[in-house]
Amino acid sequence: MSEPARPAALLEVEGVSVRFGALVALYQVSLEIARGEICAIIGPNGAGKTTLLNAVSGFYHPYEGRIVFEGRDRTRLRPYEVAALGVARTFQNVALFKGMSVLDNIMTGRLLKMRGSFLLEALHWGPARRQELAHRAFVERVIDFLEIQAIRKTPAGRLPYGLQKRVELARALAAEPTLLLLDEPMAGMNVEEKEDMSRFILDVNSEFGTTIALIEHDMGVVMDVSDRVVVLDYGRKIAEGPPEQVRKDPVVVDAYLGVSHD
Amino acid sequence: MTEILRAVAVAPFQDMAGSPAFLVEVLIGGVFAGLMYSLVALGFVLIFKASGVFNFAQGVMVLFAALTLVGLMERGVPVAVALGLTTAVMVALAFVIERLVLRPLVNQEHIILFMATIGLNFFLEGFGEMAWGANVKKLDIGIPDRSFMVQGVQVNELELTAALTSAVLVVILAVFFHRTRIGRALRAVADDHEAALSVGIPLKTIWVIVWSVAGLVAIVAGIMWGAKSGVQFSLSLIALKALPVLILGGFTSVPGAIVGGLIIGVGEKLGEVYWGPLVGGAIENWFAYVVALAFLLVRPQGLFGERIIERV
Repeated sequence: MSEPARPAALLEVEGVSVRFGALVALYQVSLEIARGEICAIIGPNGAGKTTLLNAVSGFYHPYEGRIVFEGRDRTRLRPYEVAALGVARTFQNVALFKGMSVLDNIMTGRLLKMRGSFLLEALHWGPARRQELAHRAFVERVIDFLEIQAIRKTPAGRLPYGLQKRVELARALAAEPTLLLLDEPMAGMNVEEKEDMSRFILDVNSEFGTTIALIEHDMGVVMDVSDRVVVLDYGRKIAEGPPEQVRKDPVVVDAYLGVSHD
Repeated sequence: MTEILRAVAVAPFQDMAGSPAFLVEVLIGGVFAGLMYSLVALGFVLIFKASGVFNFAQGVMVLFAALTLVGLMERGVPVAVALGLTTAVMVALAFVIERLVLRPLVNQEHIILFMATIGLNFFLEGFGEMAWGANVKKLDIGIPDRSFMVQGVQVNELELTAALTSAVLVVILAVFFHRTRIGRALRAVADDHEAALSVGIPLKTIWVIVWSVAGLVAIVAGIMWGAKSGVQFSLSLIALKALPVLILGGFTSVPGAIVGGLIIGVGEKLGEVYWGPLVGGAIENWFAYVVALAFLLVRPQGLFGERIIERV
């Protein structure tokens, strides 16, 4: 397989700043995420990682700078419009539909892909029936992929935390996103669950070709899964590069440990 | 002692058996009243399902719809046109509520949205009376209030029409919300605003749809109640009767609203007619609330409500 010298950027964040009143949460952050890569965003608490994700997915709007997705300016879009473009996400504090079954939760991920007449849907007949079955088939594939067959009918709110995170990932995958944003996918997990989740993230990337941006605190995980790392501190980007290089960067070490090298 | 027991547990049933035609009439009256309660309860359920908000203003929406319809007809607008205009007003109301009340309060606690609907309640009440006047009005859209006899049982045409209309409406709504993707989107929105946005559900659209449908249900309820007892302020108080219906049927269940309404309607009519004389009457006024209280103690999620699951 011959690769182009420099893959086209899927997402470009250009000088984005986000403010909440007097607090500057992000200050002129620029970064590019290439098609097909796994990019980790790291940084101490309060560095602006989640804010960045929220800006990309349309929950916040930057007061300066541009967000370009697939070559088009997407700075001012609303969350559901961003979702329609093929950006799916998970949340730091799991945001599942707790009263709905796992299967229904994942099916909501496909709402955007459904078309056609309400009348036919209501009658469960004709094209609407075929459509529902096709979507179900894809959802079953995602369920198999993430190994959650056994909990298909369980209300999401009853699952242990680790599984909820996995269902949330399943819902995001059901939308067949081009770009997947994961906000601390491994927070609160034990070692085994983290290993599972790391494997899923790598598999999603290789099997579905999904570009992934993830926020993560566990440096071991970051080193294992990511192609590239972006480091934020106090709302600014302070470093960027391959994981090995970033880990040795004195600026990054400073930000994390707060010690001087002089 | 045995006298009391006999009067409570035996005599009423002997009465029922003694005159089956009368019993059927009482039952029909109960079913009719029940469907009317169901209609009001439905409006609550729709909005509760879609936003997790108990819409305190639903009763006033019924009054407002009826007032608008009567007001237009008093000004000489033909029935069909007046109905169309009232529908337009209720849909417009849904848009305004979404823009001015719901949108600024996205992701707030449910109690805050609930308080907002109390405000909405007072606003609509005042606005309706300002626009259309506060007198009791007669609503006549051409459904005859005649009775006829079927096999010795008296049936009222208006009640029959109302019952059929509610039944059709309920079937349409149940199918719409259970079988279409809007239904799934709706439950998603009710559960978690943020997550719903992230999977690409436009909150605004869903809310406008739901409040519009609740408005349409309010029109139907307003017409039926208005035709029966005149359009007046007390119409908004039937919302109070819808509460026990909701507790019985479950806040999130469309079929529950119907079954709950029927149980309350039939129960209070039977109680009034056969047991009423024992306690000096007026059972009708408190029966619904006592049943609701019993349900709250035993089965707080109602007959059809989603199980309340709490992880501890």
